[in-house]
Amino acid sequence: MADDPRDQDPRGDRPDEEAALSARLQRLGERLNQQASRPSETGSAPRQSADPSAIARGFRLSAELVAGVAVGALLGWLLDRWLGISPWGMIVFLLLGFAAGVLNVIRAAGVAPDSWKK
Amino acid sequence: MAVDPIEQFNIVNLFPVAKLGNHAIAFTNSAAFMAFAALSITAFLLLSTSNRSLVPGRLQSIAELSYEFVANTINSTAGKEGMKFFPFVFTLFTFILVANLVGLIPYTFTITSHLIVTATLALSVFLTVLVYGFWKNGLHFFNLFVPKGIPIYILPLIVFIEVLSFLSRPISHSVRLFANMLAGHITLKVFASFITLLGGLGIFGIFGATLPLALVVALTALELLVAFLQAYVFAILTCIYLNDAIHPGH
Repeated sequence: MADDPRDQDPRGDRPDEEAALSARLQRLGERLNQQASRPSETGSAPRQSADPSAIARGFRLSAELVAGVAVGALLGWLLDRWLGISPWGMIVFLLLGFAAGVLNVIRAAGVAPDSWKK
Repeated sequence: MAVDPIEQFNIVNLFPVAKLGNHAIAFTNSAAFMAFAALSITAFLLLSTSNRSLVPGRLQSIAELSYEFVANTINSTAGKEGMKFFPFVFTLFTFILVANLVGLIPYTFTITSHLIVTATLALSVFLTVLVYGFWKNGLHFFNLFVPKGIPIYILPLIVFIEVLSFLSRPISHSVRLFANMLAGHITLKVFASFITLLGGLGIFGIFGATLPLALVVALTALELLVAFLQAYVFAILTCIYLNDAIHPGH
C-alpha cells in the first residue's frame, strides 16, 4: 500500500488512518477466504445424498434399484448364453443384482457409508 | 382432435450428411438442437466475458455465478483434486441445463428426453472414471470393489455385489434424466390436450377447461424446476463418481 497513488493525495499525511484501513481490509480478506474455503475443507468427505427435493430423491432411489436388477439380469443372461448354463447364471445374477440394487439405494439414501471402512 | 403425446419426440431427418455402408447419416432435429445448445452456451460465455470488469454487469454476473456454482459443487463432493475435471462437469451441466430449458419452449425438441443422448453422456462419465481411475491408481483402483474389514468368507460375494453396483451406475445415471424429461413432457402434453378437448364442448366445457389450464401452468413451473434440478443432479452424481476415481481407497 506504500506506493499506492492514493498516498499522494491530501489525506496521505494521516498514516495511522491508512494503516487502520489496510488492517481492516486484511481482516476482511481473511474472513472472505475463510468463507470461501469452508466448503473445500469438507471436500475429502463427499456428500452422500445429491438430491435437494423429495421428488428427485424418489426418482433417484427407484432408478438405483431398477438399475442394479437390470445389470444383474443382463449379466446373467449373457453368461447363460456364452457358457450354456441356463438358467443358473440368470438365477444367481438376478439375486446378486438385487443385492447390488439395494446397496445402491442404501448408499444413495445416505444411510450407509460409501464403503465399510471401519 | 386428440393429440398424440409421443409425437413431440419424433426424430426428423433435416438433410443427409453422409453414408456409412448401407446406413444413411442425416442431420436430424435432435442434432440441430444439440448444435444450438452448444453454440448458444459458447456465444453466451464469450459475450459475457468479453469486457471483463471488476464490478460485473448482468451477463458477467450470470457467467460468474454459474462458474461459482459448478466449482462449489465439485469442491464439496470431489475435493480440490476434482477441479481438474471442472471443464468436463461444467460442459455437462450447462449442456443439459440449456437442453432442458430450450425443450420447455413450445414446438421445440427436447434432446434429453431421448435415452440414447443421456446414455451417451452417462457413458462418457463412466468411461472417464474407468480410464482416469486406472491411469492414476493403477491396480489400486480395484480397492473400490474390496471394502476393508469384511470377513474373508463373505468377501467374494461382496466383491460381486460391488462390481454389479458399479456397473449399474451409468444406467441409473442416464435413466433418471431421461425418465424425468420424458414423463414431464408427456404429462404437459396430455393436460394441454385436455384444454382443447374440453374447450370444444360449449360453454360448460370452457369453464371445465380452466382446470387443466391451471394445472398446465403449475406443471410448467414444476418442469422448470425439474429442468434445473436434473441438470444439477447429473452434475453432482458425475462429481461423486469422479471422486471414486480420484480416491478409490476411501
